[in-house]
Amino acid sequence: MTAKAKTKAPAKKKAPAKEQPVEADMNGKLDAIFEKYPKDESSLIMVLQDVQDTINWLSPEAMDRVAEELNVPRARVQSVATFYRSFSLEPRGKKLIKVCMGTACHVRGAPILVDELERKLGVKAGGAPTCDNHFSLETVNCVGACALAPAIVVGEEYYSKQTPSTLDKLLKKERES
Amino acid sequence: MTAPKTFKNAKALLDYAKKVRESRKIRKREIRVCGGPGCVAGGSRKIYEEIGQEIDAHAAELKAAGLELDVTLVKKCTGCHGMCEAGPIVTVEPDSIFYAHTKPGDAKKIVEETLVKGELVEDLLYRLCDRKGGDRAHTYHDIPFYALQQRIALRNVGTIDPTDFDDFIAAGGLEGFTKALAMKPEEVIEEVEKSGLRGRGGAGFPAGRKWKSAVRVKKDRVWIICNGDEGDPGAFMDRTIMDSDPYSVIEGMLIGAYALGATEGYIYVRHEYPLAVKHLTMAIERLTAIGLLGDNILGSGMSFRLKISRGGGAFVCGESSALMRSLEGKVGEPRAKYVRSVEKGLNDEPTVLNNVETWVCVPAIMNKGADWFSSIGTPTSKGTKVFSLVGKVRHTGLVEVPMGRTLREIIYNVGGGILNDRPFKAVQTGGPSGGCLPADKLDLSVDFDTLTRAGAMMGSGGMVVMDDRTCMVDVAKYFTKFLIDESCGKCVPCREGLRQTYELLDKITRGEGEMEDLDKIEKLCHTMEVASLCGLGKSAPYPVTSTLQYFRDEYIAHIKDKKCEAGVCKPLIHYEINKNCIGCKLCKKRCPTEAISGENKKLHVIDQDKCITCGICYDVCPVDTVDIISGGEVVNNRLEPTGKAKLAATKA
Repeated sequence: MTAKAKTKAPAKKKAPAKEQPVEADMNGKLDAIFEKYPKDESSLIMVLQDVQDTINWLSPEAMDRVAEELNVPRARVQSVATFYRSFSLEPRGKKLIKVCMGTACHVRGAPILVDELERKLGVKAGGAPTCDNHFSLETVNCVGACALAPAIVVGEEYYSKQTPSTLDKLLKKERES
Repeated sequence: MTAPKTFKNAKALLDYAKKVRESRKIRKREIRVCGGPGCVAGGSRKIYEEIGQEIDAHAAELKAAGLELDVTLVKKCTGCHGMCEAGPIVTVEPDSIFYAHTKPGDAKKIVEETLVKGELVEDLLYRLCDRKGGDRAHTYHDIPFYALQQRIALRNVGTIDPTDFDDFIAAGGLEGFTKALAMKPEEVIEEVEKSGLRGRGGAGFPAGRKWKSAVRVKKDRVWIICNGDEGDPGAFMDRTIMDSDPYSVIEGMLIGAYALGATEGYIYVRHEYPLAVKHLTMAIERLTAIGLLGDNILGSGMSFRLKISRGGGAFVCGESSALMRSLEGKVGEPRAKYVRSVEKGLNDEPTVLNNVETWVCVPAIMNKGADWFSSIGTPTSKGTKVFSLVGKVRHTGLVEVPMGRTLREIIYNVGGGILNDRPFKAVQTGGPSGGCLPADKLDLSVDFDTLTRAGAMMGSGGMVVMDDRTCMVDVAKYFTKFLIDESCGKCVPCREGLRQTYELLDKITRGEGEMEDLDKIEKLCHTMEVASLCGLGKSAPYPVTSTLQYFRDEYIAHIKDKKCEAGVCKPLIHYEINKNCIGCKLCKKRCPTEAISGENKKLHVIDQDKCITCGICYDVCPVDTVDIISGGEVVNNRLEPTGKAKLAATKA
């Protein structure tokens, strides 16, 4: 790629705004999760994780069902869902960009990457997804890839040694794939 | 080789292990591609596939050279080799050839030169010094990074395929367990105690003593737990062990279960470690299938079941009592320490919890004996310790050295010194519970007790090296911010103390600090240290107190001169383009706020009102003419100066 092409801002593709997954088939998906675990409090965190993996976030309706099925007070479900960092009580974009904020990444410039991504995507880290619903931005406390610092993880893809000037390439690749 | 359906007794298992080893004697070449995340990010999976294709393409030539795939030639994807900085790594055994920085496309060379002709691919060998034309290491034994290590916990990491049971067994897997089975449970505990093994999670409590006190509590059921909730930022020892050698972790727990009479156990793994969950799940399934987990294991009458629990992503859950609450499906809040978990732990039953690295040391102790283990290390800290050596150090990666080595040896000899030969400023050990140590502490011995006395701690083994481009006030602020997010909020000193400390630190990095703020910070830190409920709260002020102790001048420079020497604190810096600018317009094009003006081949200027100090101009300038100004002085080169190399990179 030439320097010229690379410096161009990525063409903003207007993906057709997608609705959140319809809740109709949600119950079926949840049933499949409940079958895997013993129906008591000890399964709560695992069930919530699976629910989040399936429907992308923890909707109030899904949490109602979890409380019912596991026979746990709804308030307990809420407290666990808000306590642990990996749970999202907001819908998230199709792809989750996780910027590692571990110490090694921090000293090698991770905070600048977050600032840049927030600006480029027009979202806040940990907030709502981009308007085309493609990306959500989050910071995480160390993905354990400290030798790659500063690291960004999108889905299962690890991007190593990122700088503000490499972010366009990352976003372009993730937008297309 | 197909394993028998179930192993009826220890002898059947050992016979099988022998058979596997015999069958491997005819192996002439083994080609290992690193499958750790560092190398995978560099394309090692693709390289692995390509090697397979190249081997197929050269099948006839390889056969002529006496190499046949799967019989005399084996390719495998291993766990992390440790030296992530040199990735993607490919090694060829038994010659110990080490190929660094391989790329997709290099597979052809490796197969044609090394496998077919038996020659080295010179330009893929690891370069021993940064200079062009410098010597290259022919084997990994020649590389100081590996030569100075002694691997016990990492014994199989990077050499076996983590998903292959036969590989594990051929490397001596389960021998420790069979030895333990031949002993009485008390003798096993005695052996562990004699070895002097101390918990690797950070606190350093003697493992044998913990086991003994659990046995003394007479109860029907004992739980054992493996703590794989490695929440310390800057540390990835446990992740690598679980990713790369899951069977050994389970073997350690099997020995523990036998010694303690436990029938059920948990491995608590961090949510951020999907590969560890995958490999551990595979290992548990496999061991259950062949009768090494379940009822009547190896005909000994012992039963043990193991489950994996994925953590919810909370730092505090690395604290044992919080972890147990989390396993029960509750909010992970710690409780006061006067109730000991060996008496009332998980579900209020006796529980023995050890860290991943501790468990993985146990089979080695059973195998080679307590005397061997205790001969390594210092009088009070036995054995070796794995460190994740990261930050501004040349060879980032995982290293395992005997306890008692100095910081200097680890950073300069194993780690190869500071990146780009910049001056060393500090090393941060022990994660958010540890502290930052300055250059004059480099000769301290690294063990449980010495570092604690110096105001830091060894902790679980994170070691973040910092150079003169790291702002210590910013580091203190970073850890405090981290801990605010991660404080469970149960006790006031930790919850409120951290918040107030952060406000004060933030004020200083904004250039609005006053001298009395330092006293306030110290008072708050003292309160947190004495009044917090759990170990995390008590140790929370250490990053702040240690930086204040050793780098007070830097705090004062922020307050009095409004200067951030390292060029990190954004409100205290701005960028300027100096007169050496060649007018290439690169920065102008890349500036996100169009703050840069200037004509072709003429000096460019940054409009300070528009500038958001993102640093892109600094980053892209091919001739390093963008300066960082703080406190009226140039404080340059925030990241690595690369000059022309950078120009080449931007063009490529």
